[in-house]
Amino acid sequence: MKGDSLLLIGRRLLQAAPVVMGIIVVTFILTRALPGDPAVFFAGPAADEKSIAEIRASLGLDKSWPEQFWVYLQNLSRGDLGKSISTGQPVMEEIATRLPASLELTLMGLLLAVAIAIPLGILAATRPNSFVDHLCRIVVTIGVSLPTFFTGLFLVYIFYFLLGLSPAPLGRLSIIHISPDHVTGFYLIDSLIAGDLEVFRAALSQMILPASTLAIFALAPLARMTRAAMLGVLSSDYVRTARASGLSSRTVLWVYAFQNAMLPVLTTLGMVFSFLLGANVLVEKVFAWPGIGSFAIEALIASDYAAVQGFVLAMALMYVLLNLAIDILYTVVDPRIGLEG
Amino acid sequence: MNKDIPDNMQFKRRDFLKIGAGAAAGAGLLPLLKYLPAEAAAGRDTLVVVIGNGPNSMDIHRKGTNRPSYQVAVNIYDRLVTYGRKKLPDGNVMYDYQKIEPELAESWSFAPDGMSITFKIRKDARFHDGKPVTAHDVKWSFDRAVSLGGFPAVQMKAGSLIKPEQFVAVDKHTFKINFIRKSKLTLPDLGVPVPLIINSVAAKAKATKSDPWATGYLHKNPQGGGAFKLGRWKPGQQTVYIRNDEWKSGPLPGVKRVIVREVASASTRRALLLRGDADVSLDLPPKDTKELTSNKKLKIAGVPIENCIHAVGLNLNFKPFADVRVRQAMAYAMPYEKIFKAAAYERGLPLWGAKSADPAGTLWPQPFPYDTDPDKAKALLKEAGYAEGFKVTLSFNLGLAYWTEPTALLIQEGLGKVGIEAKLDKIPGSGWRTKALVEKKLPMHLKNFGGWLNYPEYYFFWAYQPKRLFNSMNYDNPKLNKLVDETLHMPVGSPGYAERVKAFIKIAFEDVPLIPLWQPYLDVAMQKHIEGYEYWFHRQLDVRPFKKLPKQA
Repeated sequence: MKGDSLLLIGRRLLQAAPVVMGIIVVTFILTRALPGDPAVFFAGPAADEKSIAEIRASLGLDKSWPEQFWVYLQNLSRGDLGKSISTGQPVMEEIATRLPASLELTLMGLLLAVAIAIPLGILAATRPNSFVDHLCRIVVTIGVSLPTFFTGLFLVYIFYFLLGLSPAPLGRLSIIHISPDHVTGFYLIDSLIAGDLEVFRAALSQMILPASTLAIFALAPLARMTRAAMLGVLSSDYVRTARASGLSSRTVLWVYAFQNAMLPVLTTLGMVFSFLLGANVLVEKVFAWPGIGSFAIEALIASDYAAVQGFVLAMALMYVLLNLAIDILYTVVDPRIGLEG
Repeated sequence: MNKDIPDNMQFKRRDFLKIGAGAAAGAGLLPLLKYLPAEAAAGRDTLVVVIGNGPNSMDIHRKGTNRPSYQVAVNIYDRLVTYGRKKLPDGNVMYDYQKIEPELAESWSFAPDGMSITFKIRKDARFHDGKPVTAHDVKWSFDRAVSLGGFPAVQMKAGSLIKPEQFVAVDKHTFKINFIRKSKLTLPDLGVPVPLIINSVAAKAKATKSDPWATGYLHKNPQGGGAFKLGRWKPGQQTVYIRNDEWKSGPLPGVKRVIVREVASASTRRALLLRGDADVSLDLPPKDTKELTSNKKLKIAGVPIENCIHAVGLNLNFKPFADVRVRQAMAYAMPYEKIFKAAAYERGLPLWGAKSADPAGTLWPQPFPYDTDPDKAKALLKEAGYAEGFKVTLSFNLGLAYWTEPTALLIQEGLGKVGIEAKLDKIPGSGWRTKALVEKKLPMHLKNFGGWLNYPEYYFFWAYQPKRLFNSMNYDNPKLNKLVDETLHMPVGSPGYAERVKAFIKIAFEDVPLIPLWQPYLDVAMQKHIEGYEYWFHRQLDVRPFKKLPKQA
C-alpha cells in the first residue's frame, strides 16, 4: 500500500511539471508586458540615453525575447534565479531568507486561527442560536470586515503603544537580539536547535501581534465552514442512526460527525493558507516583517523582472506542494478518496 | 542629482495614533540591552534610527543603487572636500553650499591659468583596513566614477569631470584634476556623495577580468576610510554603523554605534518614536510632521529643500498651452492656499503671491507673482479665445501620491471654476519617468524636480532648457537659453551674473511653463535629547554629527 501511495505522489508531482512549465512561460511574458522599463527605472532620474542603454545591456534586456528566455531557462536549470536589481541580492538568497519569515508567520497565524475557529465552529453547530453561536457570528463578522492593516495597527496601538506589553514592532527580532544560525529559516525552530531560549522567547514575542492579526482575518472562513459542515453532518441520517443506536454523544460528535465534516474544513484551510500568504503584505509593512510579500510588491513596482519571476515561481511550486499535501490529507481523513480522484 | 520625495508613504497614518501621544513613559531605550555585546552596553552610545526604505547596496557607483544607499557613501566613505555648515535663524543647522572645506584633502590650489586644481591629501589618513590613503586611491576612485556609466557618470559630468585622463596622481599625496572648461560647479561637485574615495588596493584584489571595477565585491563590502565602519548589513532590514575611532578627516562622531532599522509603515515609525524606542525617524509624511510638532517630547527639524519645487508643468505641445495667456490663466486658477494646507500640511514655503513682477534678487526658488484669481484667469482665457474653456488631462505620479493626489484633486476643482475640465491620470511610479520626462507627452502634470547643486542656473539648465530631461514642458525660449548658458559656469560674484539670473527668472515669471506651488521641507523627527542633526542637500542620513545627551527626567 505504502509503495502505491508513493507512486501516486510521484505521479501527481509529474502532473505538476507542465503546470510549472506554463507558469515559467507566462510569468516571463507577463513581466515583460508590464508597463515601465527597468533600465530606465534603475538608471535614475537624471540618466541620459547613453547610460540607460548601458544599463539595458548590462541587464541583458537589449536581446530579443526568445534569447532572453533561453538565457533565463539556462540559468534556471542551474538553480540560478538571477539577481534582483532593486535589492541588489540574488533572488534565490532573497527567497531563501524571506520565504521562511513569511511562512513562519503565516503558519503561526493559521495555527492560532485553527485553535480558535474549529472549537468555536463545533460549539456553535452543536448549540445553534445559543450564546456561543452568536459569539461565533460576531467573531466571524468582525474577522471578515476588518482589513488586516487596520487590525495590525490597532493591535500595535493597544498592546505596544498604550500598554507597552508587546515589544516594538520591528520585524522578527528586536534590535538587540542576533538572529539564530540559519537551519530552517524559522527563528522559533532555529533558536531551539541552537538551544537559545532567550532568542526563542524574543522571536515568539515579536510574532504574537502579527500572527494574531493574521489569525483574526483567517478565523472567519474557518469558523464559518466548520459550523456549516458540522450542522450539515449533524442533521444527516447516519448521525441520527448513531444516536438512535445509543452511542455516546462524544463518540457521535467526534467519530461520526467531526471526521466527516473535516473535508470541507480542510479545503478551506488550504485556501485560507494560500490567501494568507498574499494578505501578508500589509501585515509585513505594519510590523516591518522582512517577508516575501513586501519584497514582491517592491519588485513589481520597480519592474524588477528577475525578482518577480522568482517570486511567482517559488509561490507556484509552493501551491503545487500545498495542494498535494491537502490531497494526501484527504485520503487520510477519508479513505474513500483516492489520490487519482 | 535630483531629489525625490521618498515614495514609501503609502500608508496614511491612523488618526488614533495621536491620542495619548504622551503615553510613552520613558521606559528607557532598549530595556533588554543586557543581551548585547559590550559595545552597545551604554544606550547613550547607540543611536537608533527608523527609516522607510533602506540601502540596497554599499556601492553608490553600482547600477540600480537606490537613494537611501547614499547614506553609506556619506558615512562610510570620505570625499576630498566637504561643505561648511551654517545655522539657520530657527536654530536648525544646514550645510553651506558657498563654503567648501577640507575632508580627505587638507588643502588645494588652482593653477595660475585656472585650468587645473591640485589637492594635497592628508598624510595621516587611513582606510578602515589600515592602509594609508594615497593619490592613487583617489585616481582609481574617480576613474571608476566616470567609467561605470549611469548616474555617477552623469553627476560627475555636472562638474565637467568626464574622462579618466583628467585625473592625475602626481605623487603619493598629490592629486591633480585637469579641467575641460573653467566651471564654478567643479569644486562643489567633489563634495557630493558620488566622488568618494575607495581603497583601491583592497578593491583591485577582488577585481576580475569581467568586473575590473570590483562592483560585485564593493556592492556588499564597502572599502572606505570614513567616519563609520560597516557593522552589519541585512538588506531590507537594517544597517549598523560602528564608529571609526581612527578617523582624521573631521571631528569624531558623537555616537559609537548607529542602528538604522527599516520600518515600511509610517504609522509604525511614528509609534516607535513616540514610545521612545527610536531616537530619530526619517521619511515622515507631512501630515505626521504637522501633528508631531506640538508634541513636547519630540523635536522636528524642518528645513526647506534647496533648489526643489513642487510644481505644475504645462506642456507647450498641447495646443492651448502654447499661448502664454492660457498659461498665465492657469497660474491664476490654482487654489494655492488650499493646496498648501491640504496637500503640503504647510510643511514648506509658499511660492505664490509675490507683489512685484520683478524678481526679488537671485534667490531660487522664490514666489511667483500669481495668486488665486479666477476672474483674471477667465479674462485671460477669453482673450486667448478659450472663453468656453477646454479639456485637459492632469497626470501625476502615484509613487508620490501623498502629495500629488490631494494636489491634483484641488487643481481639478480650481480649474472647474474657470471652465476648464481636467481629467485625472494616475501613473505608477515605474512608468512615470518614461512618460513624463523621456516622452514628454503629458499635457499637464505635477512635478518635483530639485537639483543637488544649489544654483538657479543649474535648476534652469535641467528644467527650462529645451530637450533637457526635466523640461517635460517642451519649453524653449532662446533668450532664456542664452542667459542660462552664460551663467552656468560663471562664478557667482562675477559682473553681470546677478542681472542675468534675474532676467531669466523674470522670463520664467512671465512665461510660466512651470507653475510653482511650494518649496517642500525635509522633515526629520527626533527625541529631545538628540543633538546635532544637519540638513544636507543629498537628503539622506548623515549620522556623523549626531550626539546623544543624557535623557532629562
